[in-house]
Amino acid sequence: MKSFLGKSRDDIAFNVLSNGLLLFVLVVVLVPLYYALMVSFMPLGYKGSPLTLSPFEWKFEAYKQLLGQNTFVQAMMTSVLITVSGVSLNMVLTVLTAYVLCSKTLPGRNIILTLIIFTFLFNAGLVPNYLLVKNLNLINTLPAVILPGAISVYNLLVMRAFFQGLPESLSEAARIDGANDFQILWKIYLPLSKPILLTIGLFYAVGHWNEFFLPILYLNDRELMPLPVLLRNILSAANMGEYVESNAVSAASQESLKMAAVFLAMLPMLIIYPWIQRHFTKGVLLGGVKE
Amino acid sequence: MANSRKSGSASVLPFTDQTIAKPTGRVNFLLRQIWKHRILYLMLLPGLIYFLVFRYGPLYLAQIAFKDFKPLLGVEGSDWVGFKNFDTFFKSYYFGQLIANTLIISIAKLIFGLPPAIILALALHETKYLKLGRIVQTVSYLPHFLSWVVMFGIMLALLSPTDGLVNQTISTFGGDKIAFLTNVDWFRVILVGSDIWKETGWSAILYLAALLAIDPTLYEAATVDGATRLQRIWHISIPGIKNVIVLVTLLRLGTILDAGFGQIFVTYSLPVFSVSDVIDTWVYRQGILGFQFGLATAVGLFKGFIGLALIVTANRVARKLAGSGLY
Repeated sequence: MKSFLGKSRDDIAFNVLSNGLLLFVLVVVLVPLYYALMVSFMPLGYKGSPLTLSPFEWKFEAYKQLLGQNTFVQAMMTSVLITVSGVSLNMVLTVLTAYVLCSKTLPGRNIILTLIIFTFLFNAGLVPNYLLVKNLNLINTLPAVILPGAISVYNLLVMRAFFQGLPESLSEAARIDGANDFQILWKIYLPLSKPILLTIGLFYAVGHWNEFFLPILYLNDRELMPLPVLLRNILSAANMGEYVESNAVSAASQESLKMAAVFLAMLPMLIIYPWIQRHFTKGVLLGGVKE
Repeated sequence: MANSRKSGSASVLPFTDQTIAKPTGRVNFLLRQIWKHRILYLMLLPGLIYFLVFRYGPLYLAQIAFKDFKPLLGVEGSDWVGFKNFDTFFKSYYFGQLIANTLIISIAKLIFGLPPAIILALALHETKYLKLGRIVQTVSYLPHFLSWVVMFGIMLALLSPTDGLVNQTISTFGGDKIAFLTNVDWFRVILVGSDIWKETGWSAILYLAALLAIDPTLYEAATVDGATRLQRIWHISIPGIKNVIVLVTLLRLGTILDAGFGQIFVTYSLPVFSVSDVIDTWVYRQGILGFQFGLATAVGLFKGFIGLALIVTANRVARKLAGSGLY
C-alpha cells in the first residue's frame, strides 16, 4: 500500500517507532545526568526545579569550594597518580606478555597460556588476595591497589588477538633483516596497534580512576584516600563538615556540593572518552568472541 | 641437532644411536630452542612473575579454607580442620539467603537487561538518520564508564526522599514519597534498573556488530519479495544475531554468581541487607571486617569452584550451539 510519498504507511509507522525509540534512549540517559549537573549549579536557596534552571542563574560556588579544599585536591592527585602509574604498568606488562604469547615456537607456550587462562576462570576469592597483599607488606602503600591488577587476562587476550591478526610477513621480513623480537614489537607491532592500545589503555584507566573497593580494602591512611572513596564519604555524610569545610558564608548547598563532587570525579573520563570512543568498538569485538 | 645426528650415524653400535644419542639430542634441541628464544623469555619474565605472585600466590594461601586460621600462627602454622569451614557455611541460616539474593539479582539483571540491549541494537541498525544513530551510540556507551560511586551520586539526586527528581514528581501527582535506596521492596528494582541504565548501550555493541555482519543482499531480496520491515527484522535480523544472543546469555550464566559486587557494595546499607547481601559482600564483611578468615575463604572458594564449573560448561555449550566460545 503506497502513499503519496511513495512510502507505505507501515514504513512510516516503523520509522517513527524506531527513531522515536532512539530519541527515548537519548532522553533517558541524558536527563539524569543533566539533572545532577543542574543541581551542582543551583544558587543557594533556589526553589524551582533544577531542570528549568536557566544558564544565567548557574553558580559555580560548589566547584570553587571543593577545589579550594586540600582534602579534595589531594584525593584528586592521588587518583591521578594511581591512574597514571597503574596504566603505565598495565600497558607495559600486557603488551610484552601478549606479544610473547603470539609466538608459535616458544617452548612452554601452551603451559604458560593454560596457566594464565586458568586464573581467568578461577579466582581464589577476596581473603587470600587480601592476605597476600598483607604478607607482602603492601598495606597502606599505593602499589597495593596497582600491583594485584597489573594484567587483566581479558585485555591480555584482546591484545594477543589483535597482534595475531597482524600480517606475519611483516615480522618475518624484519627478522630476516636482523631485528630481534623486542625490536619487532617496538618498531612494527606497536605503531600498527594504535586503536587497540588506546582502547585497552582507556579500559585500564577507567578501572583505576573508578577503583573504589581496593582502596577501601588496602588504604586506611586518610592521606592516601583516592577520589572515589572521598566521593562516597561526601555522598553519604550526614554532616559534610567532616570532609568539606564549609564556612559561615558558604554559598553552595550540601546538594550542590555533592553533585559538584560527582561531576569533578567524572570530568577526566568525560574529556578523554569522545576522543577514544571511535576506536573502541573494534577492541570490544575482538575480545568478545574467539573462534 | 646436526652434531648429534652426525655422531649417531658414525657410531658403531646402533643401540647408542637410539637409546642415548637421541634423548641428549632432544635435550640439546630444546636447550637450543630456549636459547634462541631468550629475548622472548626475557619479555615474558615480568608478566610471569606477576601471574605467579599475584594470581597463584592467593591460590596457595587459599589453603586456610581447610584450616583453623590463626593470624599469629600464620598460614602454614595453623591447624588443618578439613571441611569444617565449608560445613559451617552450608549449615548456617544465612547460606540460603545469600544464594537466593545472589541468584535473584543476577538472573533479574540478565533477563531484564537482554531485551533492551537487543532492541537498541535493532533500532540503531534500522535508523536511516546516521547522525542520530551515532549520537545515540556515543551517549548510550558513556554510562558504562562511570563508576558505581558516581552512579550512587546520581541515584541520590534522582531518588532522594527529600528532594530527588523522582520523589518530587511522585508528590506532584499526589503520591507518597518512597525511600528507594533503603526500602526492601524497591532496592532490588533499583539495582536492576540502574544496571540496565548503565550497561544497555554497551551491551548493544555486540548485537549491532552482528547485525552489521549480516549479508545485505538478504534484506534486498526480502524487500523485492514484499516483506515489511518488521518481517525483515523477524526473519533476517533476529536469526542473524541468534548465535550472539545465545553466546552472551550462556557466558552470563557462567558468571551467574557475580551479582555485581561493585554496585551492591557502594549502594547497599543496613536496612536492605536482607534483600541485597550477596556472596561477595558477605565474604568481605565476615572475612575482612569480622576476621573470620578461614570461613570467608571457604565461602570464596566454594563460589570459585561453582563459577569454574559453570563457565567451563557454558563455554562448551556455547561452542556446540553457537560455534564459538570465550576461550
